[in-house]
Amino acid sequence: MALANHPSAAAPGGAAAGPPAPPGTAGAPTAPGGLRGVLASPWLVFAMRRLGGVALVLTVLVTLTFAIVQLMPGDPARVAAGNNATPEQLTQMRHDLGLDKSVAAQFGDYVAGLFRGDLGHSFQTEEKVSDIITDRLPYTAELALLGVAVVLVVGVPLGMAIAVACRDGRRRRLDGGFTLATGLVGSTPEYVLGTLLVLVIGIQLEWLPVAGAATPSALVLPVVAISLGPVCTIARIVRRETSVVLAQDYLRTARGRRLPARRLYLRHALPNLLTSTLTLAGLLLAGLLGGTVVIESVFAWPGLGTRVVEAITLRDLPVIQGVVLVLGVLACLLNLLIDIVLGLLDPRTLSGKAAS
Amino acid sequence: MTATNLLPRNRRPADGPSPGSARTKRRRRPGLMLTLGLTGLGLLVVLAVVAPWIWGDRAEELGPSVHLGSSGEHWLGTDALGRDIFARTMVATRLTLELSALATLIASTVGITLGTLIWVSGPRIRAVGLRVIDVMISYPAVILALAIAAILDPGPKACVIAIGAAGSPSFARLTANLAASVAGRDFVGSARLLGVGPLRLMRRHILPNIAEPLLVLLSVSYAHTLMALSGLSFLGLGVQLPDYDWGQLLAGGLQSLYTNPVEAVGPAVAIVLAGLSASFVGDGLAAAANRSRRADAPAKATKPAEANAAAAVGTAPAVPDDAVLVVDDLRVLRKDGTALVDGVSFHIGAAEIVGVVGESGSGKSLTAMAAARLLPGGLHATARTAELRHPDSAALDLVAPGAENAETRRRLAVEIGIVYQDPSASFNPALKLGGQLTETLRVHLKASRREAREQAIEQLDFVRLTDPASRLRQYPHELSGGMRQRAMIAAALLTRPRLIIADEPTTALDVTVQAEVLRLLRAANERDGTAMLFISHDIAVVGDLCDRVLVMYAGRLVEELTAEDVREGRARHPYTQALLAATPRLDTAAAAPAESAGGPEASAGEPASAEPVRTLAAIPGRPPQPDERPPGCAFAPRCPQVLAACHDTPPPVHSPAPGLSVLCHLEQAGARTGETGTDKPLEAAR
Repeated sequence: MALANHPSAAAPGGAAAGPPAPPGTAGAPTAPGGLRGVLASPWLVFAMRRLGGVALVLTVLVTLTFAIVQLMPGDPARVAAGNNATPEQLTQMRHDLGLDKSVAAQFGDYVAGLFRGDLGHSFQTEEKVSDIITDRLPYTAELALLGVAVVLVVGVPLGMAIAVACRDGRRRRLDGGFTLATGLVGSTPEYVLGTLLVLVIGIQLEWLPVAGAATPSALVLPVVAISLGPVCTIARIVRRETSVVLAQDYLRTARGRRLPARRLYLRHALPNLLTSTLTLAGLLLAGLLGGTVVIESVFAWPGLGTRVVEAITLRDLPVIQGVVLVLGVLACLLNLLIDIVLGLLDPRTLSGKAAS
Repeated sequence: MTATNLLPRNRRPADGPSPGSARTKRRRRPGLMLTLGLTGLGLLVVLAVVAPWIWGDRAEELGPSVHLGSSGEHWLGTDALGRDIFARTMVATRLTLELSALATLIASTVGITLGTLIWVSGPRIRAVGLRVIDVMISYPAVILALAIAAILDPGPKACVIAIGAAGSPSFARLTANLAASVAGRDFVGSARLLGVGPLRLMRRHILPNIAEPLLVLLSVSYAHTLMALSGLSFLGLGVQLPDYDWGQLLAGGLQSLYTNPVEAVGPAVAIVLAGLSASFVGDGLAAAANRSRRADAPAKATKPAEANAAAAVGTAPAVPDDAVLVVDDLRVLRKDGTALVDGVSFHIGAAEIVGVVGESGSGKSLTAMAAARLLPGGLHATARTAELRHPDSAALDLVAPGAENAETRRRLAVEIGIVYQDPSASFNPALKLGGQLTETLRVHLKASRREAREQAIEQLDFVRLTDPASRLRQYPHELSGGMRQRAMIAAALLTRPRLIIADEPTTALDVTVQAEVLRLLRAANERDGTAMLFISHDIAVVGDLCDRVLVMYAGRLVEELTAEDVREGRARHPYTQALLAATPRLDTAAAAPAESAGGPEASAGEPASAEPVRTLAAIPGRPPQPDERPPGCAFAPRCPQVLAACHDTPPPVHSPAPGLSVLCHLEQAGARTGETGTDKPLEAAR
């Protein structure tokens, strides 16, 4: 039968319905286009709002990193010049570092330096901090972004699959096992997981390299270590959110259209549960960056994390300032990325009201 | 006013949790979690107190044999100085727990204070403050800790302050948000009217009411703090030698991981167990809180209805040849066998509109969903016959067990159009209307994108949505409720179905829109000759729109009558009479939908406030729960004309004429004492 039974558009069946309402009456949809359309665009509102957020974070970060030098007990010049420095050398160092100026002037210099891309020089190695960051940032970014990708690509389908398999109280044992396993792994910190992975897969089984970043295979263990915990947590969130979505009226509507399972779950359930999931998971993914900093130490990964830990131990202030600043910006960008993805998936989140 | 406790189907507040093995089982699990978590934490606290006394000396004792593996003497081996790892792990419990507690204390104190301040400091500062907290909260704690550790010297003090500071925004946000929601409640409003100041309001009225979620956050936060602090020690930024906590021990273990892996095991397990215990407490508390909240709103599946399988069964009336839907002895059953719909039989002829009316929980919506083969999970339907008939092809079995094949699915999708109760919940909020409207055409009829679009526009035009072409590009939330329901009708009409099932399509709409929706359904019926099953709790609406009316009570059909009977107030069954008596008297039938809409439907649009309190004087009491049903007539306890036999003997079916039937003892007893003027024209019904 198919379309044969359908009167085609050429023979409008709407004739019996009486005259259609004239176009342009009250309740007509707001037509996009024109200046008003642009101003009313939810994306513009979103961009304004988020721009404010980013500006705020940057201000806080710059102030905080500047404050590191001001607040630390002791004399930064002494740290820079070393313990054996003569008073003359110290005075010279204070002058070189600009510590003899007023706080406001120092802050001005700091901000001006940031705009020039000048983050100062390492006390220890005399390297330019900007060079250290350009060297090491790619490694950290690589780990963090791969981690985020793994968390989303593994965690979301896993949670959905479990929710679908256990819907309406089926397969209680699977559900219980899932809750237990994800609870256990999810509350294991990444450095413990990393250590255990090194122990079992690296040392006992000798399958994968456990240190350095020489080969692509060296990426596997660190990425697994930082993403495993968040995968479990996300999977649990998704499992819960999916159950909620599956019980919604609009999913019954979709079921009423007798769609194939794949279409039902991917097209109708996924976008809706992603919104709530990503809203909750945004924090988790930003926290993953913190995990990256820690995990680098386990795998001797040549990223920003190992470098900043080293710098803190040696009180290498310019390096600490630079790295903390860059990591902060990275976290901020990660958040922004998540919000953009959310906006693409569900435009309602753009107004900032749907997200809790 | 109007009929009884009629609420939208899926928003009906519960009378209470109903017994059922599945529910009881689900309830036990979070309790177990909480118990496990509390036991774990309790043991850890005991350990923290006693461990330094028991193992203190042994932990510091330098041994001759360094980096020993696991042995009877040293369960977890020895470290670089030959000290026993097991003893050190036990002793380290105290410092680890202490530092975590301290950091959590800082986080909660600072956070709750901050949140309170934000909340009490007026709307403008509140908005900015919440925004700032949102930004702070999304910032990784470890990085903040690095900055603070750099300011203060690396060491436990820096770490505790850092982790405490990093944890405070989540407390602040929770406090501010919860306070805002609690503050909206009546008792706070009253307190404010009485002149209670904001700080006192917070302390006396709000904090006690938000204690539970704060407690959940506290235990979750403790778990996070413990892991973060151990992480910093692990990095060498936290606890410094000669002191040691688990993180520090783990770092030591990592150094000799190649030579003596067992060294890392003790502290690793300790960290995991402690974190797990605290998370369990948090999860358990949250689950307990959820449970008590959910007790007010149980799953949809538990709908009260009849349960007595031995009761009388509606007779199969003579079915005309052109019937579209034929249902005979339909039962909708829970897994435990309780019948929510119990032996319902009816048919819908070509171009006929059949209404089903009854209170919430009468089983009318389940009957509709069973006919659509769309029962919620956990329920299944049986029937002697339940089929969608087609002049040119085989009838479609609507209760066949098991999965449907592709052809069946296609026919179900195409031949049945469904209009759901709540248009705002029944469209997918994340997808544009166009995709949703044309989905069945595209998937099942393989229409091209353009064809589907053109047909969608045509139907949107039919339901009088302005500018249909651009509507297709809009999201559901961009339309008003009435527009959405019209779009829903357009979607149902798109495949030119043989049957439309409309499940309380006007309930969620406001008065002015209802009449319009009813007109559209009527117009669709007249244009396409589509048969229709129309579910409503409003007998006046049903009487106006439909050709025949079925009255359901407690899962069973109690009366079948013509729309004319309804309009003119002729009913046999006391329940139908009561329903009619509960409807405003109408002088002209034509005015029925618009006026009656002011009654039950309008109030039902606001689910929370329209709770069964509105029970009408005309029908005192409530329908029985499925498992509390009397052996006789389910309406007997509420029936004004009840006879002795009603309570114990199932009522017989009495069918005075084709298309009329009633399930009532009064028919045989001949003792009618109708009170709504319904007794006179009984014989004149047809």
